[in-house]
Amino acid sequence: MTRITVTVDGAKYSDDVEPRTLLVHYLRETLGKVGTVVGCDTSNCGACTVHLDGRSVKSCNVLAVQVDGHEVTTIEGLATEAGLHPMQESFHEHHALQCGYCTPGMIMQAIDVLNTHPDPTEEQIRLGLEGNLCRCTGYHNIVKAVAAAAKAPGAAAVSSSKVGD
Amino acid sequence: MTAVDERPAESAEIGKARRRKEDQRLITGRTKWTDNIVLPGMLHLAMVRSPFAHAKVTSIDTEAAKGATNVVAVYTAADFPDGMGACANAWPITPEQVTPDHLPMVTEHVACAGEIVAVVVARSAAAARDAAELVDVDYEELPAVLDAKEALKDEVLAHPDKGTNKSAFWRLDSAEAGTGGSVDEAIAKAREDGIVIEREYRQQRLVPAFMEPRSTVVDPTGEQVTMWTSTQVPHILRFLIAATTGMPESKIRVIAPDVGGGFGGKLQTTPEEFITLAVARKLGKPAKYTETRSESLLSAHHGRDQYQMLTLAATKDGTVTGLKVDLLANLGAYVAIVGGGVPVLGAWMFHAIYKFPAYQFNCQTVLTNTTWVDAYRGAGRPEATFAIERLMDELAAEVGVDPLEIREKNWIKHEEFPFVSVSGMTYDSGNYEAATARAKELFGYDELRAEQKQRRQSGDPVQLGIGVSTFTEMCGLAPSRVLGQLSYGAGGWESAAIRMLPTGKVEVITGTSPHGQGHETAWSQIVADRLGVPFDDVEVLHGDTAIAYKGLDTYGSRSLVVGGEAVVRAADKVIEKAKPFAAHLLEASVDDLEFKDGRYAVKGTDKGVGITEVALATFASHNYPDHLEPGIDADATYDPVDFSFPHGTHLCAMEVDTETGASTIRKYVCVDDIGQVINPLIVEGQVHGGLVQGIAQALWEEAVYDDNGTLVTGSFVDYTLPTTADTINFVTDNTTSLATTNTLGTKGVGEAGTIASTPAVVNAIVDAVRDRGIHDIQMPCTPARVWAALQSAGSAEVAQAQPHFHEEAANNADPGTTGEGSGS
Amino acid sequence: MIPSSFEYVAPTSVEDALAALAEAGDEGKVLAGGQSLLPVLRMRLNAPEKVIDLGRVEGLRGIREDGDTIVIGAMTTHDEVANSELVKEHAALLAKATAEVADPQIRHRGTLGGAIVHADPAGDLGAPVLALDAEMVIAGPGGERTVAAKDFFTDLFETAVGDGELLTAIRIPKHTGWGAHYEKFVRVAHQWSIVGVAATVKADGGTISEAKIGLTNMGSTPLRAASVEAALAGKSASDVADACSSAADGTNPPSDLNGDADYRRHLATVLTSRAVAAAAAG
Repeated sequence: MTRITVTVDGAKYSDDVEPRTLLVHYLRETLGKVGTVVGCDTSNCGACTVHLDGRSVKSCNVLAVQVDGHEVTTIEGLATEAGLHPMQESFHEHHALQCGYCTPGMIMQAIDVLNTHPDPTEEQIRLGLEGNLCRCTGYHNIVKAVAAAAKAPGAAAVSSSKVGD
Repeated sequence: MTAVDERPAESAEIGKARRRKEDQRLITGRTKWTDNIVLPGMLHLAMVRSPFAHAKVTSIDTEAAKGATNVVAVYTAADFPDGMGACANAWPITPEQVTPDHLPMVTEHVACAGEIVAVVVARSAAAARDAAELVDVDYEELPAVLDAKEALKDEVLAHPDKGTNKSAFWRLDSAEAGTGGSVDEAIAKAREDGIVIEREYRQQRLVPAFMEPRSTVVDPTGEQVTMWTSTQVPHILRFLIAATTGMPESKIRVIAPDVGGGFGGKLQTTPEEFITLAVARKLGKPAKYTETRSESLLSAHHGRDQYQMLTLAATKDGTVTGLKVDLLANLGAYVAIVGGGVPVLGAWMFHAIYKFPAYQFNCQTVLTNTTWVDAYRGAGRPEATFAIERLMDELAAEVGVDPLEIREKNWIKHEEFPFVSVSGMTYDSGNYEAATARAKELFGYDELRAEQKQRRQSGDPVQLGIGVSTFTEMCGLAPSRVLGQLSYGAGGWESAAIRMLPTGKVEVITGTSPHGQGHETAWSQIVADRLGVPFDDVEVLHGDTAIAYKGLDTYGSRSLVVGGEAVVRAADKVIEKAKPFAAHLLEASVDDLEFKDGRYAVKGTDKGVGITEVALATFASHNYPDHLEPGIDADATYDPVDFSFPHGTHLCAMEVDTETGASTIRKYVCVDDIGQVINPLIVEGQVHGGLVQGIAQALWEEAVYDDNGTLVTGSFVDYTLPTTADTINFVTDNTTSLATTNTLGTKGVGEAGTIASTPAVVNAIVDAVRDRGIHDIQMPCTPARVWAALQSAGSAEVAQAQPHFHEEAANNADPGTTGEGSGS
Repeated sequence: MIPSSFEYVAPTSVEDALAALAEAGDEGKVLAGGQSLLPVLRMRLNAPEKVIDLGRVEGLRGIREDGDTIVIGAMTTHDEVANSELVKEHAALLAKATAEVADPQIRHRGTLGGAIVHADPAGDLGAPVLALDAEMVIAGPGGERTVAAKDFFTDLFETAVGDGELLTAIRIPKHTGWGAHYEKFVRVAHQWSIVGVAATVKADGGTISEAKIGLTNMGSTPLRAASVEAALAGKSASDVADACSSAADGTNPPSDLNGDADYRRHLATVLTSRAVAAAAAG
């Protein structure tokens, strides 16, 4: 077991973990952050995408021990009492989800796309989401939602508390 | 085109693009996926699976695994002398069908790779996985048969004890059925003085590949056993658990919590579900099994895998006179729940929207040492639609006219509805002219044809092709009496109940089991309109057999047209039931009341009472008619009178890079006629997703086994699902011909996009290179395959590539050389 | 799936990392960005007893100039390489190829050194590194040594990095002002390259004076298309197809679900022609 201290969605946690524990399993099983899900075992699907120190990563492709001392934001850390994150709002508004299984990872990656390209072209959105598989939507409305969110204030912020009111 | 039906009288909710009620929990990560469930003392399962496609298990040594730390038990089939239930086949297509027993765990005979031979139960999933590697299984490998054509030879047997690989043969013949003429006569005549098109098409094996891996949690504590499972079919599962384990049905509660996609892939009752149940009951502790993606690709059922031998007869001018279909379907190692029936569903669809006077459909199903095959989005209809829409393009090329012209010549005119098809189905409504006209307009058909011509003339290395698919399909499974005639093991009705709560809220209980379709939203819209209550006051409950106690679940684009109609009827019963209470409260006669916008009003007065006030009054029960019991809740079970027949016109432009063989989608337009739209946002989403799954069959996906029966495409590295970067924005629209078989005039939409899009894409690719003598490319049309076709174009090899079932056939000329009218 | 159990060490210096590696011997596995290693461990295709994480080693991350050379620390992420102004200016081919690696999430974690040492023949970074005549800096028990890229890739998943050694940096001679293009051919976006061509070209007034071309997935290691390079010298940038027709000479590409060896050989010539034309154009 290895002791790690991690900040997740703004709260600090300290746990003993087996070195082989994947970040996604630490989030789900130790912290109960089951909003982040597992969709594959080869890092293709992106369903488990979270932010590590502000950049998107696939949490199935990171060991929990590697994030000792770092900061993680999951889908559960986006909305605040003030309301949903603009990207969450946009996914809802544009029907960018059906079964919703890919949605947490898709939203986290979509925010990263806007971090990189605040005013993205359709191509930048499509390339930016190429590591996230969705089987329901045909991607059409996801791309639309991200484009629309880019016009919303604060859509690239990882916490909606940073959104200007 | 003005023949499109008008929409019904205006309503507040139906037709409105309501944002979904389901979204809030899904976008915030507050979802209840089965794998999220944790119960006190819950144990975790890991399966030990056969790496061999065909083998005999000679010994299993579980001692090392049993001794591992944190392992509670290791079981093989021998530990369950009374069995653990069975994976049932609910639809034997003939009385003689060869149906090998499909037990959850192998006793001795392994019939495909991935079959479960032992299960490890441990305190954590990791400990279970670790110990699974310690289970030592000895196998005696047997020769495996993998391909359907090989299986047909009966040289290597998938189940040696059965003596044959042939499972069943099923025929529909229009002359025998009295629904049309003799197809053999039609073909013979066409050989003399008409056109005969003979083709063999391959429907490759696919994987449904829902995003949420399957997961099952069983809690055996308490009086009832509760199973949460990632399924499309909680009701059917509960019934089959009872039927195959002997457990009283009343002691089983099945819950489908949030389910992450299905596409047919979760309508199976699975070995993993039966094993988790058996282990939990044996140990008396909650147990969980969650599959890995690799396990999912290998062991959740596969789809398609057919060979289609097709003969189309026509007159010289392109009027179709007959269609003969010989289907060879690979069922995999077992006849899955509706595995034998899926190819047979094509029987009523191969002739599609065209007026064939003679028709014959033959289907041979075979067993092989591969993963069992069952419904995948469209189930039987995509295969049929692909075949006929590809053939109509070939006919157009043969006649030398535009592919839309040949279709229009042969399709059912809108004034001919209702139309009885050559297979005996009654199409209630449709307007192919209107959908096609709208699609052409949105597509810019003539401009793209002009560009195609220009690129061809200039010898552009990137050629343009246009693909057409004017599809129909039959969905809304299904009238129970029809299912009875087909020996299907259940009915096709659906159930709904409505509870009028005293606070004015309305609970709708549906027997459908959504997993992404948005029933909570759509059903709320229907009920809000029907009962005149606010959309937000309607709550839709589903997917729990203790709450929605009666239902037949979600598949086959049935939920709205069957389940939605049940909701309508339950609502109408509530209105009727509440009426005497309203009359009593208003001190008026029932006959003087009219119900509108949620109120019972006394005709000709301003007196009235709201239906939610009636609900409160009946809850209080202080003052109600003596002859009634105090309650206005109602339920309804609706058995559909017929199938649903949506249709549409899909147009696809593909760019084919002749230097690399790469194909890219340039433009895709579809105009679907699905009758009354309840929620256009949801409909559009269903179409988009359906399109990409159908396009993926055309371009990207194929489950491939090596010669030993090992699944080569066993992860998402090799089973190549498309991404955002591979797809485009689609242009979608609707025309509306109301269905006449249900109250709201709705038709199914869940599978339409998938059914229609595959041939549109392949037709476009072939159209791009047809002038080089190419008339088919096998799916998926990978760059390597397209390039290979281009390399061999014009050579003798190409002519050989087209099957000629009768060597003396009149039309052995290369059709590609005669397609002058096809945009060249 | 969950990897088999292993011990984990996170050294903070190259010396400590080498010591940990020496101690682990055959049972040790170095973890760089982990984007290829973790799937392998999860699928249990490999089960090392000890994982040595380089993520906390000082000085292995970053990009700097050293005279005529750009030095990239082995633990520098793909995202950093692709977006580095230094790399874009002086080794544009590497920046462009790196931007094509996998997907954004993986580029945020994956490292240049990790990818190079993993030496997957379908990986996108061997070809540009080889084309740019990079040098690999390898630290070992006996100190540091430098290996030219042409000698570095020895076989399928094999490099010159020996037991007990670590790749610490990649030194790339400046190719300032050279045009560059990486042409990646895939069926779906998240796939490994079926074939990739890394081309960088020095052109003066529409004439190519020098060209360097690396091929991805045309053999068990990244390859240089030497005959094409020779044929391109002095050619007009607008007419490169003939010169590129020998791109597949001496290659030994695999056959798999995505295409057979002949198809890959054909692709290599077409893609080389396209890559060179694009490189010459900028």
